Amino acid sequence: MSTQLNAPVNLENIAALSQGRGEPGWLTDLRREAAALAGTLEWPKPEKMRIDRWNLTALGEHRAPQLAGDLKQLPEEIRASLPQDAANLVVQRNSGVCYRNLAEEWKAKGVIFTDLETAAREHGELVRKHLFRTVEAGEDRLTALHAALWNGGVFVYVPKNVELDVPLQAVFYLDDPEAAFAPHILIVADANSRVSYVDRVLASGAGRTAEAVHHSVVEIVAGPGAHVRFASIHHLPEGVVDLSIRRATLGNDARIEWIIGDLNHGNTLSVTKSDLKGNGSSSDSKLITVGTGSQNMSITTHAVHYGIGSESEMESRAVMRDSATAIINGVTKIEKGASKANGHQTERVLMLSPKARGDANPILLIDEDDVKADHAASVGRVNEEQIYYLMSRGIDRELAERLIIRGFLTPTVGEVPIEAVRGELERMIEGKLDA
Amino acid sequence: MATRFTVKGLRVSVEGKEILKGIDLDIRGGEIHAIMGPNGTGKSTLASALMGHPKYEVTAGEALLDGENLLEMEVDERARAGLFLAMQYPSEISGVTNADFLRSAINARRGEGNEISLIKFIRQLESKMKELEMDPELAHRYLNEGFSGGEKKRNEILQMMMLEPKIVILDEVDSGLDIDALKIVAKGVNSMRSEDRGFLIITHYQRLLNYIRPDYVHVMMQGRIVKSGGPELAERLEAEGYDWVKEELGIIDETVGQA
Ligand SMILES: Nc1ncnc2c1ncn2[C@@H]1O[C@H](COP(=O)(O)OP(=O)(O)OP(=O)(O)O)[C@@H](O)[C@H]1O
Ligand SMILES: [Mg+2]
Repeated sequence: MSTQLNAPVNLENIAALSQGRGEPGWLTDLRREAAALAGTLEWPKPEKMRIDRWNLTALGEHRAPQLAGDLKQLPEEIRASLPQDAANLVVQRNSGVCYRNLAEEWKAKGVIFTDLETAAREHGELVRKHLFRTVEAGEDRLTALHAALWNGGVFVYVPKNVELDVPLQAVFYLDDPEAAFAPHILIVADANSRVSYVDRVLASGAGRTAEAVHHSVVEIVAGPGAHVRFASIHHLPEGVVDLSIRRATLGNDARIEWIIGDLNHGNTLSVTKSDLKGNGSSSDSKLITVGTGSQNMSITTHAVHYGIGSESEMESRAVMRDSATAIINGVTKIEKGASKANGHQTERVLMLSPKARGDANPILLIDEDDVKADHAASVGRVNEEQIYYLMSRGIDRELAERLIIRGFLTPTVGEVPIEAVRGELERMIEGKLDA
Repeated sequence: MATRFTVKGLRVSVEGKEILKGIDLDIRGGEIHAIMGPNGTGKSTLASALMGHPKYEVTAGEALLDGENLLEMEVDERARAGLFLAMQYPSEISGVTNADFLRSAINARRGEGNEISLIKFIRQLESKMKELEMDPELAHRYLNEGFSGGEKKRNEILQMMMLEPKIVILDEVDSGLDIDALKIVAKGVNSMRSEDRGFLIITHYQRLLNYIRPDYVHVMMQGRIVKSGGPELAERLEAEGYDWVKEELGIIDETVGQA
């Protein structure tokens, strides 16, 4: 099988690496089985986008950093993007974690927040119970490769009834063009707990000119009544392909809030899905993307309703420049039995260039009668009447356009509940618009 | 130097069709000119062409504001040169708050490094909004979005007051206003009357001119100014309509497009 995989993935390598990291036997087996599967499976096939034509071979070699005792050892660029309050923080550099910290206060309450490699060693049973259950290794070549190759990552466990009132934060960065960069994020929120998690994915130094693949999978398990807020901003450079699969499984009355900023400069596959298994569960997603250069993006938000009275809300906005292409999919699926379910989705695309392409694909799949579901989608250009109006007040064309573009994104960005994330999003959006 | 705005021989086409067929105007600082005329005679076209709306093609003539030809400038440059148009149908812009927009507009004319302080801006904005009896909430709403007809008109006047232009064109600022609002808007305009500011007021109704007393009244038909006079002309038009003007000038169809 290994011959069908992209170098340097092969079975011996994977097993040896796993053992070398002191991973439990079950995990080594999981990796080995996934690697074998990968060769037999196809790449995912999103609507209207051939990701198999992207450069997906540069999966890199395992390059794990030293664990730093102090944030000062991180590159200046990374430190600048860190939160002021770094008390609850995991930082991954290339193939492994280089910094981790959780305030004693939360440790005492039984919260676990560490890298996933460490968690697999120290909390084996808990990790084993949830790892690759929400997203399965055998779904397609991407999930299988990721299951075989993931590194570093994050594990969050919040015990029953524990409410974290500060966000847990993570930063993943690539500064070695040869490194494998494949974090796996597993968040388990037990019954009636509350947690916010925020991460950023970026490159620094030599990573900025890397030709590489970042593949990541996020699995979130929200137990009954749990409330999870997940915010993620991806800001990878042009040469890095970003393949990111995010999925949450929700128990009764559980809630997930997704805030996704797909602000990469390279090709991007982004799939964010909520499985609304529990009665009364709810999901809210807000997604922002800005397409620039010649990048291709396939961006999907997805809600599947199983539970009675489950609710989903999705809002995606894309601004498209240059000759970038984005296919923005919104899928609301209501399964038989999910009576009283309510799904609402909006995709809006603003085109800034005649060479850019932006498709909004709203899809409603409904197998139950007693439900509510609707969608709104639009693809439009900057309105010349509006430009004229602003210019007639002395504002130059460039700023007039910028105000209108910001205005287009504001209704979504402005709703982002964590102020620091909102600021970061705004900064990166401006960066992409200025480029 | 006292403000002087002169329009000479202005001809304007839209989509190849000539609408304005030679307009002459001379407005000095301190003066108020009113333009009246039946529907479809080219009043808004004049306003839009002076402001530089991309749909309107100027085929001849000039418009000098203190010696500078506005017609050679981009829309934003005309505004910064001192021209202001309160539009008949202002645009709605989602996601941009009224206050942010106004501050950007003020700073655009003040230039980089000379931006208005936030405190000063807010103080000015609050006081002008109060003068216009506007709900303070409107400052934080998205620009004109969901504003009522009257709120939009007041918002245009608010912009005029904040931007302090040299030449103000008001295109039917009175339409859609109830009588109280009309008085408030007129008060706002009157408070801006000054030796270095001229006004061109487009209206269908004498009513507005009762509150803003014009120095000159012009009648527009067929894309031309066909008659000019003092405030008594507006009163006569209000009382008798346009038929006598048409008769006097031998005009059968007053709209543009007729030879
Ligand atoms: N953007 C445009 N496209 C096509 N025709 C136009 C446009 N603007 C003006 N016109 C035409 O030019 C003529 C004059 O229109 P204009 O709006 O200037 O009239 P007006 O005097 O302001 O009328 P009203 O009193 O109804 O506001 C009309 O026949 C109108 O249809
Ligand atoms: Mg008009």
